[in-house]
Amino acid sequence: MEPSPLAVYQAHLDRGELAYQWSPAAGRAVFYPRLVCPYSGSTALEWRVASGLGTVHATTVTHPAQGEPYNVALIDCDEGFRLMSRVEDIDPMAVRIGLRVRFRMHKPGGDEPAYPVFTPAEGTP
Amino acid sequence: MTGLTRGGAAIVGVAESDLGQVAEGMNVIDLMAQGIARAAEDAGLKVRDIDGLLCAATQSRTSGLSLSEYLGISPAFIDSTIIGGSSFMFHVAHAVMALQLGMCEVAAIAYGSTQRTVGRRQASVREINPYETPYRPFLPSTAYALAASRHMHEFGTTREQMAAVAVAARQWALLNPAAWEKKPLTIPEVLGARMVSYPFTVRDICLVTDGGGAIILTSAERARSLKKPPAYVLGCGQAITHANISSMPDLTVTGTLQSGRQAYAMAGLAAKDIDVVELYDAFTINPILFLEDLGFCPKGEGGRFVEGGHIAPGGRLPVNTNGGGLSYCHPGMYGLFLLIEAVRQLRGEAGARQVQGAETAIAHGNGGVLSSQSTVILGTQATV
Repeated sequence: MEPSPLAVYQAHLDRGELAYQWSPAAGRAVFYPRLVCPYSGSTALEWRVASGLGTVHATTVTHPAQGEPYNVALIDCDEGFRLMSRVEDIDPMAVRIGLRVRFRMHKPGGDEPAYPVFTPAEGTP
Repeated sequence: MTGLTRGGAAIVGVAESDLGQVAEGMNVIDLMAQGIARAAEDAGLKVRDIDGLLCAATQSRTSGLSLSEYLGISPAFIDSTIIGGSSFMFHVAHAVMALQLGMCEVAAIAYGSTQRTVGRRQASVREINPYETPYRPFLPSTAYALAASRHMHEFGTTREQMAAVAVAARQWALLNPAAWEKKPLTIPEVLGARMVSYPFTVRDICLVTDGGGAIILTSAERARSLKKPPAYVLGCGQAITHANISSMPDLTVTGTLQSGRQAYAMAGLAAKDIDVVELYDAFTINPILFLEDLGFCPKGEGGRFVEGGHIAPGGRLPVNTNGGGLSYCHPGMYGLFLLIEAVRQLRGEAGARQVQGAETAIAHGNGGVLSSQSTVILGTQATV
């Protein structure tokens, strides 16, 4: 049986890698991981590991009923795919569209799986 | 939409169920049935005349079954398409299709929600998405806030301009006795309200109320023999672009561009021909996006278009004349209420908020996180 796209993605994350898929048929990156390419219908999707560099495409600050406000952002990775994440190590309101960011694996602890977050990557073109 | 006949069917009955905070023990099927009974009365039809049933609800997995049983009908045509708040505009297209094909003769579209009574979390259970849930997006507001951030970045749209949408909605609501909000609202009050998802305060976000309602459609021929002036379905259009905000092709251009074009093409009308505009205002950025994508102003100009009371009572374009989801009512999936208000405006039944001489109206529904868009253009007898 084929492994689930999520399991492969998570295994990469557990090794500290941000993985995505490449569709040779469409000639472009695919994210979130899946079994069928949304651009071509092809099932031939290759796994690749991203450089971890990207740019903030959109950003917001969520104010929970309790607790501190936190950032939620859409990140355009240099390989041509977009994902939801957050930018850390910076005031959530200071996260700007166009900010260069770098991937960091976040381990929430307990049974929760690791997930990717980003930090400012000053001076990165 | 291709295949549907312009003016081939009409909305002949409209009604809200109880709104706001409904009586204890009232459930969503009660509200749907109440809406249908009132809409049938409005049309001069009997509930038993209904042989086409279209409905959607987040609190009832098989609302079509429950509602059929409740009403004691066995519908020849049934459809529970559920793609968010625009579901009911999709239902209109499906009802027109079924009537045109002779699959049914009288179609009812119904909705109900008790989200205020039971709590939003209970009314609409969130699905886990392993690629988004860890970031604790407060959905749907986080997603719309992300879209707003792009609009602000690309076009210079301001929080004050978005607040103007909320203020205009409130001014309309003060003319609507059925509206939830009863007090005036100012731009500083919107900006100074509790922040939820920057740039949105709680006043940039639709209400959380109970409510429901129904509309009834039949063929144009039969419509002319009924009690009220028919509101003919002149145009329908729809588009689905994504499910999650991270997959939206362009955060500043919605599927409304496509749904609007389809509806205008079927109706043979353009934005300049529309007298009344009802847009799904889940968030203050929504009408700005939809005014642009429906061609009422160029892309990027929506913020400037809504400034200075231009969509408020007495402004250049009457938008959301019932007070909208922002100030009238918002029971979860709001699309049906846009259709109800559009019909009332075309009939001249809108009282203090009546747009004089309204012959054409747009009801534009939005669903998910700008994911599904559907446009319905309605017109009076004079437009057919």
